[in-house]
Amino acid sequence: MDNKQMEPDKKKKKLSPLLWGLVFGIVFGFLLQKGGVTRYDVIAGQLLLQDFTVLKVMLSAVLTGMIGIYFMKTLGWVELHPKPGSVGISIIGGLIFGVGFAVLGYCPGTIAGAIGNGYLDALVGGVVGILLGAGLFASIYPKLKDGILKKGDFGKITLPQLFKVNDWVVIVPLCILLAGLLYWIEKAGF
Amino acid sequence: MNWLTETHWSPYIVGIGIGILSWLTFLISKKPIGCSTAFARTSGMIEKLFRGKKVEQKLYYKEVEPVVDWEWMLVLGVVIGALISALLSGDFRWQWVPSRWAATFGTAVFPRVIVAITGGICLGFGARWAGGCTSGHGISGTLQLAVSSWVAAISFFIGGIITALLLYNVIG
Repeated sequence: MDNKQMEPDKKKKKLSPLLWGLVFGIVFGFLLQKGGVTRYDVIAGQLLLQDFTVLKVMLSAVLTGMIGIYFMKTLGWVELHPKPGSVGISIIGGLIFGVGFAVLGYCPGTIAGAIGNGYLDALVGGVVGILLGAGLFASIYPKLKDGILKKGDFGKITLPQLFKVNDWVVIVPLCILLAGLLYWIEKAGF
Repeated sequence: MNWLTETHWSPYIVGIGIGILSWLTFLISKKPIGCSTAFARTSGMIEKLFRGKKVEQKLYYKEVEPVVDWEWMLVLGVVIGALISALLSGDFRWQWVPSRWAATFGTAVFPRVIVAITGGICLGFGARWAGGCTSGHGISGTLQLAVSSWVAAISFFIGGIITALLLYNVIG
């Protein structure tokens, strides 16, 4: 949150970022529900490689988002916020997440949408589990922080920085690759 | 306005919509879309109810404060947005057991809820370990071309696909 604007109308200015969060969330939830990805059946279907809705939604979001965000970055309108990562963080954490993703059949975003959809296994089961799991991680975090999470650190780096090339040298081929993948999925009848 | 009451939109339209939404969150809020940190903050808030202020002394909650922030409101918004969409199309329904689950594992509520809690623990734990989820890494991180996010997102799907195939073909 910005800390440059404090004094007089502190309250009003502090409130508006939260309101924007709510507005963006409503649009995001609306889209997720219309896409069908708030449903267990669709997410489990994706992981069973029978229904490719999740991948279609994600890849078209990534394609659209990437072009726009990097275009705005080139113009100096936005800054990137890449997250830190390491082999220990991203691969091990990612695989544990994947197991949970399949067993639960929702992820942290789509489960919020599933609750809005009226799905009680999400509300009574999934959310309770996620809160417990997050709390468990917070408890053991001091033991992991300087150990396994540091293994194979690659920092807050992007692919163009990694390959030391201009952003668009990565973006253009990647767009073609992702569009080709979507075309192939559609052609194959998924 | 028929499109608002349709049950499903093309996944490509939805994806493009989410992509455009991400432009706006970067431009207006200077933040990428993400969801799992909000669950960690909530977990901290609940723990505070039981154990009081000393929860704030935990190393993790010094880094991820247990407060309502932009992302927390985003997740709240997702519940509301999905509810509006489901009500408009008549797709809203109270449901305990999803049909794909029921076809393999039966319609009993208790097993589904226990498995959902177990899966949730893994998901919440893994999301915090990986530093993000399907939205924070899978969409927002990959679209920024973050190395951490591409590695994490691919790991999500490798872990997820293997587990789902085992669950439905070996156990189920």
